[in-house]
Amino acid sequence: MASDKLETVSAIRNSEMKYIDEFRDPQLARSLLASIQACSKQPARFMEFCGGHTHAIFRHGLRQMLPPTVELRSGPGCPVCVTANADLDRAIALAKLPGVIMTTFGDMLKVPGSHGSLQTAKAEGADVRIVYSALDALQIARDYPERAVIFLGVGFETTAPTVAASILEAEAGGLSNFYVLSLHKLTPPATRAILDAGEVRLAGIIGPGHVTTVIGSEAWEFLPRDYSVPCAVAGFEPLDILQAVAALVRMFEDGQPAVVNAYPRGVRPEGNRTALGIMHRVFEVSEAEWRGLGCVPASGLVLRPEYVRFDASLTFPVDPGPTREHKGCRCGDVLRGTVDPPDCPLFRHVCTPAHPVGPCMVSDEGACAAWYRYGGADV
Amino acid sequence: MCLAIPTLITSVEGTTGKAEIGGVERTISLALTPEAQVGDYVLMHTGFAIGVLDAEEAQETLRLLEELAEFYTDEMNDE
Repeated sequence: MASDKLETVSAIRNSEMKYIDEFRDPQLARSLLASIQACSKQPARFMEFCGGHTHAIFRHGLRQMLPPTVELRSGPGCPVCVTANADLDRAIALAKLPGVIMTTFGDMLKVPGSHGSLQTAKAEGADVRIVYSALDALQIARDYPERAVIFLGVGFETTAPTVAASILEAEAGGLSNFYVLSLHKLTPPATRAILDAGEVRLAGIIGPGHVTTVIGSEAWEFLPRDYSVPCAVAGFEPLDILQAVAALVRMFEDGQPAVVNAYPRGVRPEGNRTALGIMHRVFEVSEAEWRGLGCVPASGLVLRPEYVRFDASLTFPVDPGPTREHKGCRCGDVLRGTVDPPDCPLFRHVCTPAHPVGPCMVSDEGACAAWYRYGGADV
Repeated sequence: MCLAIPTLITSVEGTTGKAEIGGVERTISLALTPEAQVGDYVLMHTGFAIGVLDAEEAQETLRLLEELAEFYTDEMNDE
């Protein structure tokens, strides 16, 4: 047992369980594929909510290995991609304010807003810095007390608690020049919105593993209860994803939808209560604008009144002007799962990772980027 | 963006720890996982541990998959 205090760190370091290679075993993958093959009779389309899953599925070539009855469709689980143009324009306008240091995860830098990106703003002189963690932004605020340091809070329930914890640390340290533009979003309401719209027929949902580490597998119980749709929560290694697909095929064929936790080493039914507690202490739930889905009730996080002094949008009012959508870009449809990326007329011809038109081609979790990079004969 | 990497905790001091990833040591916040101890593997996401990996569950998953593999190997041999 890894937590046994008698075991030294070096013994654990040398022990076999590393939590990665074990879950990539080709022999075990073959038997899972055989079980899927044996069980799958009717055509079934499953949505992987999470863009991390889309990329893992492509990287490990899982689509080609699955029987033709099983189709996998990308969902809206890419926080960068679902950021609405109006929010992105606001972030760019904030970055251009004199005295501001805008800090952001690297994925956001190249996403085109209505008129340029954070990268073009940086090229024009704005102080935009890539950080790995919200804590790095906090350190920049300590290092530059005379500047206003804004952290671009993009991410789902996986990331929002880390930003909340950083705000609590800023409060405890008496930092008065640290701000957050909260564009955080919640995943179950977006899944509901897709099912409510009824545009795409889904036989099951592959639940996002690391979101569910935080919110817990119980948070997906509404899928079988309200929609009769099975859900299997998956980790990000090939065996994790195949296990989830096998569970979904079984539930779909048996007509017995439920929530299966196919990632029990990383996900508990109740989730991470500490992380959820910190997230809800700092943020409250609000409506939010999603690219592709529009305004989704109770799907966003804004700072609670006690923490508004950290709110960049209230502290620095800016008018980014009217938004402009990119003509022909079908990112919204890709995010709703109504089309695959090659169905977009811009895909690969006009829109490429070097010259992205829409965010799904920019982000490491974007469906278009996955299809472009790994699509091969599929495209 | 929801990428999280299994990382071994090598030391703990308050709500901060050291984590080893690919042989490189870096600082990790344990603010979201106060239960994490030295010797635990955690899921590291943007500098924070967001969950402690359960070694017993990991072994159990692999055991079930090995059983499945044995079943299909036997079946393939029977054919």
